[in-house]
Amino acid sequence: MTPTLAGRMQSRLALLGTVGVVWTALIGLAVPRPEGAETSAIYKALFTALLIVAVAGIVWELVYHALQQYRWEKDWPTLFGLIVAVPEGTMVWILLKNQIPWDAGPVQASTFLTMFITLWLLIWAITNGPLQIVALRWRYRGGRFLGGWG
Amino acid sequence: MSVTQGDVSRQLVDSSVWSDQDLANHGIPVYDMPFVSVGGGIGSFAMVDTLRIAGITTDQIRVISDLERPSQTYEYLASNSQIRSGHRLRSDSSSTVDCIWGWPGYALREAWGKKTPGVAVQVLLEPVAADYYTPKAGQVYESLNREAARIRWNQMVVPGIVRHVRRRDRGDYFVLSTPPAGSAATKRIAFRSRFIHMAVGYPGVRFLDDLQAYRKEHNDFQRVVNAYEPHDHVYAEMRRRPCTVLVRGAGIVASRVLQRLIDDRDQHGAQTTIVHLFRNYPAGPQGDKATFRRPAAKGWAYQGFNFPKAAWGGQIRDHLESLEGDARRDFIDAIGGTNTAPRKHWREQLDRGEAQGFYLQGRGEVQSVIPIPDTRQIRTVVGGTTGLPTTEYDADFIIDATGLEANIEDHRVVMDLLRHVGAGKNVKGRLDVERDFRVRNADNGEGRIFASGSMTLGGYYAGVDSFLGLQYAALRIHDNLVDAGFGQRIGPGRSTSQWWKWARNTGI
Repeated sequence: MTPTLAGRMQSRLALLGTVGVVWTALIGLAVPRPEGAETSAIYKALFTALLIVAVAGIVWELVYHALQQYRWEKDWPTLFGLIVAVPEGTMVWILLKNQIPWDAGPVQASTFLTMFITLWLLIWAITNGPLQIVALRWRYRGGRFLGGWG
Repeated sequence: MSVTQGDVSRQLVDSSVWSDQDLANHGIPVYDMPFVSVGGGIGSFAMVDTLRIAGITTDQIRVISDLERPSQTYEYLASNSQIRSGHRLRSDSSSTVDCIWGWPGYALREAWGKKTPGVAVQVLLEPVAADYYTPKAGQVYESLNREAARIRWNQMVVPGIVRHVRRRDRGDYFVLSTPPAGSAATKRIAFRSRFIHMAVGYPGVRFLDDLQAYRKEHNDFQRVVNAYEPHDHVYAEMRRRPCTVLVRGAGIVASRVLQRLIDDRDQHGAQTTIVHLFRNYPAGPQGDKATFRRPAAKGWAYQGFNFPKAAWGGQIRDHLESLEGDARRDFIDAIGGTNTAPRKHWREQLDRGEAQGFYLQGRGEVQSVIPIPDTRQIRTVVGGTTGLPTTEYDADFIIDATGLEANIEDHRVVMDLLRHVGAGKNVKGRLDVERDFRVRNADNGEGRIFASGSMTLGGYYAGVDSFLGLQYAALRIHDNLVDAGFGQRIGPGRSTSQWWKWARNTGI
């Protein structure tokens, strides 16, 4: 992919706001959960994680964009899109455990990882092709849905 | 006035604006057609594919072409430059010329169709831990033909060669075509059209001036050849006897020619010595900023494709769109110019050739190319540039791998646009187009002329001469046409439903 900074942000927010919300709602039914845990508590934790991925992601995108400037092709290889899940996921977990932005309740690692990894792979796969079926001009616009055309 | 019925007269050709009556007086039949694409190659194909997907029916489009299929010229040039159908092009997996959506890309299709998961892994790892995946030429041609059948390409093609495009006195244009002899009742036919699309490609192969002069003066077209013209006899002779060949150029074609030469050594026992001559010799990375530095080594400038990837749809595209005049020209030159793909296999071959002494590099400006008396060899005298001595290289063959002719004035119909329609040249001397590929100063009433492909390099988009660039141009032109009431915008709904049809190979 060859994202612009605006394209990075727009893509992240648009996909987390659609695919992310739907997937979190669905996977919430299937994630490993502690004995007797309330479904509402699970959802609170998972949607908090989703929110962190979106908001903290804005900062991450600034970092990625800065790193991209050192690439001659001004591209963001497919592999990078996978690898960055490690630092991002780690940070989300740390924030969750430290009750930032709020106390999301007790959440176990397997619950979080199931949600985070499946969601990351899903969005990664969608942005590496199928998204273009719906948004034909997206790839030319550097990942933007708004602006950058005409 | 003496007029041959069905043909143009000098008076008509000299006139910049034609009327319906003018053509009637000449007995030239006129057909009304809203959209005409001139060329018939991959540029026309990308345009028509997009329009068909946008709901334009076949009876509203004509493609004037002297080709049997859209990829014909491309195949010819690729084949001559040693890329046969089983060899790989320099094109991205998602630059799928048969599929405007770019997905699934060639890599996924190859992995699935040929049961070769390795290529899917390669596209996942590229370019960090693997060379860029690039599709085999045959796969591209095959899928293009499939799409051509799906959109009923042949129903829209009118065989012929376009000689003139002229403004009509009451708006719109006339496109004058010469059909193949005997195929029409008159020598010329004309289309009266609101929208014209020009996609005529390169006028021909380019020869370095000194090689052109040598060929003409010594009538030697066998030993001094261009990589884009048929030259298999060169490889055949080099397999028969030890020869020295001098290769000029440092682009992707030179890379492929060198591979062929070394493959022949490796696989067929050829004893060829290669002298590779560079005019410019980057010895290290190009660019003085860490954020704008192209990898280069041993004379080669390296990038995956002919421009950095983001030129097709990222921050480089944005930047170029914002530039005017000399700044635009200089930026295009900085991100383009002569460069090749950093493929491991090629580097290994050249390193081995250097170590074993069968691949030698020379550098400098050529002073003269002369036959050596009483031998079949040709001497190339290279003048020393700063610090380098004058050197003579004797070779049995010279292969010019420096590229294709880009002078648009060599194109008769493009010349016609410049001279009679009011089109101009851009900062690189090619056809001046807007950001949406509308030819500047060529509107006529409601009529518009568009252009895509190599003839528009120098405009606001760098990758015009590529599959993806042609599709980008087609999409921009489509959006412009929608504003003019021609076709339905390919929004999310239409895009998705049309992709589904594409995926199922449902005819449209």
